[in-house]
Amino acid sequence: MEMNNKLTPPEKLDLIRDKDRPTVRDYIPMIFDEFIELHGDRYYGDDRAIIGGLASIKGIAVTVIAEVKGRNLNENKESNFAMPHPEGYRKALRLAKQAEKFHRPVVCFIDTPGAFCGVEAENRGQGEAIARNIMEFMTLKTPVISIVLGEGGSGGALALGVCDKLAVLENSIYSVISPRGFASILWKDGGREREAASIMKITADDMLELGVAEEIISEPFGGAQNDPKETAKNISEFLLKTLKEKMAIDIDVLLNERYTKFRKIGEFEEL
Amino acid sequence: MLEDLLDVVKLRFNVNTAAENDKDDEKDEKAENKVEIPKDLAFKCPRCLNMIMTDELVKNLKVCPECGYHSRISSEERLNLTVDKGSFIEFDKDMVSRNPIGFPGYDQKQDELRKKTGLRDAVITGECKIRGIRCVIGIMDSRYMMASMGSVVGEKITRAFEYGAEHKLPVIMFTASGGARMQEGIVSLMQMAKTSGAVGKLAEAGQLYIAVMTDPTTGGVTASFASLGDIIIAEPKVVIGFAGRRVIEGTIKQRLPDDFQTAEFMLEHGFVDLIAERKTMRRTLAHILKLNGYKPAEEV
Ligand SMILES: [Zn+2]
Repeated sequence: MEMNNKLTPPEKLDLIRDKDRPTVRDYIPMIFDEFIELHGDRYYGDDRAIIGGLASIKGIAVTVIAEVKGRNLNENKESNFAMPHPEGYRKALRLAKQAEKFHRPVVCFIDTPGAFCGVEAENRGQGEAIARNIMEFMTLKTPVISIVLGEGGSGGALALGVCDKLAVLENSIYSVISPRGFASILWKDGGREREAASIMKITADDMLELGVAEEIISEPFGGAQNDPKETAKNISEFLLKTLKEKMAIDIDVLLNERYTKFRKIGEFEEL
Repeated sequence: MLEDLLDVVKLRFNVNTAAENDKDDEKDEKAENKVEIPKDLAFKCPRCLNMIMTDELVKNLKVCPECGYHSRISSEERLNLTVDKGSFIEFDKDMVSRNPIGFPGYDQKQDELRKKTGLRDAVITGECKIRGIRCVIGIMDSRYMMASMGSVVGEKITRAFEYGAEHKLPVIMFTASGGARMQEGIVSLMQMAKTSGAVGKLAEAGQLYIAVMTDPTTGGVTASFASLGDIIIAEPKVVIGFAGRRVIEGTIKQRLPDDFQTAEFMLEHGFVDLIAERKTMRRTLAHILKLNGYKPAEEV
């Protein structure tokens, strides 16, 4: 793969926050032949930070679940800056279970600073909602493919990130907490965000090295916003190839591989 | 009439269990001998802010006699209070973490904590008996980096669930945590997937998982295995939540009520099955295990 724009982690941070960086709303029409949005978690409401629905890519029916960044302030108000509430994760799980029932693969797009931290989110069990998704996705009897489009922040990202293959866009980041949060917790100084980004190991290359992601999807020179069509084409190619690969595997084998993929992450020694 | 009858039934039920418990407890040594005596003369309760004399606190198993807050205790104290004497066989005692993102000062910090606490990381796991019933137990220890979950905590907890699944044993997890261990970066986030996946393995094996939430159960641990118990018990007045209270207060620019993110709050919102006091925890666990069909192991 041609890495034509090697940026430092803080530069990547700037790039993925660029207001022109394409969001999943831009990509969906370019990647899928059709898309029918389905709403609601059937318990509480319809979280606009996560959208989901039926789609097809070159004739393969899939369920799409995606965290939604806004392209302007109004869109961001609607989607809560892509910070989901529990009902968003519960909608995602409902649609994933539906996909399992009808043997459709699930495609998740991750793009969030993290799960929303607020009173209502706590009242409705933010922790439980994320935990449930993680556990249920681990045994979901259909292929799951996840792609980090820009920002993969903490448990809010992992709730859509338990999958058979994780791909990350070349300039995207994936982290246990936002660099600002990291700096403010460990150094009591959120202002040291860029320094945090530099040492946290959050880049696409880091994800491959640490066994968190399996593939990097390349972006055009200057980043995805310089050529959204080209980026969408790269995502489509990855998806088609991976769907075919994972759909051909016996489901028990697939589930075993999924469990093992996460099972082996950890760096310890036994004295 | 019907109410009277119910009362009689209730009374009998209570009398029977109480008698049985008393009998069992006689065999136990005095519970207060199982907690360590702090060096300080008094304890300032973080909930009601009262000063409690140390001997009074110890007699009360480190529960605030004024407000009922169940203060933090070490994993060793918890073990003594919970399992049959001499029944604990520890797993993975010598596992230590590497420094996956090379975070400056992480190794030194751990060295210091190991010396200070005698622990190698923030959880102990093993097999034990509770009133004769075999089970797997894990106890997180907030003295060690606020029991944050990194590679070692994640691996030991995962192995404990896998052991339960393989040997058809119930698993009891005493949770306490500030969340994911930031110093291990993304590797710590992945421990949430590992541990939650392992809870699934135990469920597939048809075994019971009881989570006991202790002070504080927050962040990535709340958002993974702690919230996935078949039965979730909490100690009174402890903090349970996902986001930090101060983070939320900072966003909404107002003070949250005192009971926000407490065990009682979680019970009211439907995320905890029951609240049990420390002095009854052992018998509560034994009772639940029994009602789930687990029997005391044959005396050998
Ligand atoms: Zn008190």
